[in-house]
Amino acid sequence: MKEFVMIYRGESLGEIKLNPDGTLAISKEWENWMGGIAAQNKLVSGGMRLGNEGRTIKPGNVITDGPYAEIKEIIGGLSIFRGESIEEVTEMAKSCPVLKFGGNVEVRDVMQLNN
Amino acid sequence: MQEKELIPQLYRTEFRKIAAVLCRLFGIEHITIAEDIVSDTFLLAAETWGLKGIPPNPAAWLYTVAKNKTKDFLKRNTLFNEKISPEVQYTTTQSFEPDIDLSSSNIRDSQLQMMFAICYPGIPPESQIGLSLRILCGFSIDEIADAFLTNKETINKRLYRAKEKLKQDAIKIEMPPETQISKRIENVLTTLYLLFNEGYYSSNRNTVLTKDLCLEAMRLTHMLSENESTNLPEVNALLALMCFHASRFDARLSPDGELILYDEQDILLWNNELIKQGQYYLNMAARGNNLSKYHLEAAIAYWHTAERDSPEKWEKVLSLYNRLLMTEYSPIAALNRTYALAKVYGNEAAIIEAEKLGLDQSHLYHSLLGELYTGVDNKQAVAHFGTASKLTKTSADKKVILKKIAGLKQKL
Repeated sequence: MKEFVMIYRGESLGEIKLNPDGTLAISKEWENWMGGIAAQNKLVSGGMRLGNEGRTIKPGNVITDGPYAEIKEIIGGLSIFRGESIEEVTEMAKSCPVLKFGGNVEVRDVMQLNN
Repeated sequence: MQEKELIPQLYRTEFRKIAAVLCRLFGIEHITIAEDIVSDTFLLAAETWGLKGIPPNPAAWLYTVAKNKTKDFLKRNTLFNEKISPEVQYTTTQSFEPDIDLSSSNIRDSQLQMMFAICYPGIPPESQIGLSLRILCGFSIDEIADAFLTNKETINKRLYRAKEKLKQDAIKIEMPPETQISKRIENVLTTLYLLFNEGYYSSNRNTVLTKDLCLEAMRLTHMLSENESTNLPEVNALLALMCFHASRFDARLSPDGELILYDEQDILLWNNELIKQGQYYLNMAARGNNLSKYHLEAAIAYWHTAERDSPEKWEKVLSLYNRLLMTEYSPIAALNRTYALAKVYGNEAAIIEAEKLGLDQSHLYHSLLGELYTGVDNKQAVAHFGTASKLTKTSADKKVILKKIAGLKQKL
């Protein structure tokens, strides 16, 4: 089994909702999708949801506000999965809820390094 | 009461108390000596009480005899005189007699400390459970062998190896420092959780014994919740989980020991007192921000004590299983999640998800698919129940499955 990252992108991050206990309130669609993958023992980490604040730093001390300046799609979050091949993980990504909201998913393999 | 009934009863309640105190006195490397002294005490009780009658305060009699036997042992054993005894004497007040403190507060402290010592991840889980049953619960080796459906020799070997490992790793019998308790208690809770499950999901036909395992797990968890430094949210969550499950003890088994499935249980047999206790501990568990897997499992168990089959119930249960699986995978949670999914989104949707689980070696997986195909494709349902009956190891499960097949065949 290899590990893969899914990077979720969309045009807008939308509103981030929190539960009373401070945890992220994820929608039913996301929860069911991720729960279904976790039930196959293929979720390594739910990963993280990125917030709305951002800065982009460029050479020459050029700092722009937010990640939005030049790209339409911004990264909303990422998670780590395990699978036999990139094809298998691509199949999982096909039902990712971000697709229903006009976003996209990028699947990338994680390099196996011997340290 | 005759001594023949009283002694086993006292063995169950007093063995563990004296054993814990003596273990703490001697150190982890001499658990067996502590056990032997307590066993000898009970042997003497059986002999003496049979002849002279039961003393007015039997427990106090046992304590006095155990104390004397310990002192005798310390006096005549050279190993102790040279190595252990000076230390013991050093830590006790002036006299050369070791202080064998069998007060209730010292018994409680010793038991708590032994719990942390025994629930040590360096020894396998089944050894932790075995040793807990012996030292913390006062089960005889025969009873432990019965509980694990194995023989005395296997248990003796298992416990011997576990004790050797504890000795080798020089495990101390003490409470972890305040700052480490929440980390160290994870192992203790895992063992208590497994001990409870050992009883609750056991294929053992001895229902009195398996219920005892559950009650012992609950008693030990209660001890943690009653002690200030260990009264953590996850402890209360585990206790809530146990109470909710235990509330169905009487409903889940027929008078002749047959398993009754949740859907077919008589709600009137559910124990409301335990359900209320579970709710109390679940509320206690809600203090703080820690959301452990026990919180999620207790919440799932709570919904199972609620009225049947409201849409809200199954949506909540599905959501909780999703979150539980995201925290920690287990095949049982994966199967149960799929069942909840069927209740919310229908059997067809659940069949698609079930077939991705990769659990086709499990009889529970085929039982689930049998359930899901029932009414959708009864032939498939019969096929899956058939596979399930071949894979299951217990006759109780097989009986339930064969009944399902017989029912389905009438409809084909």
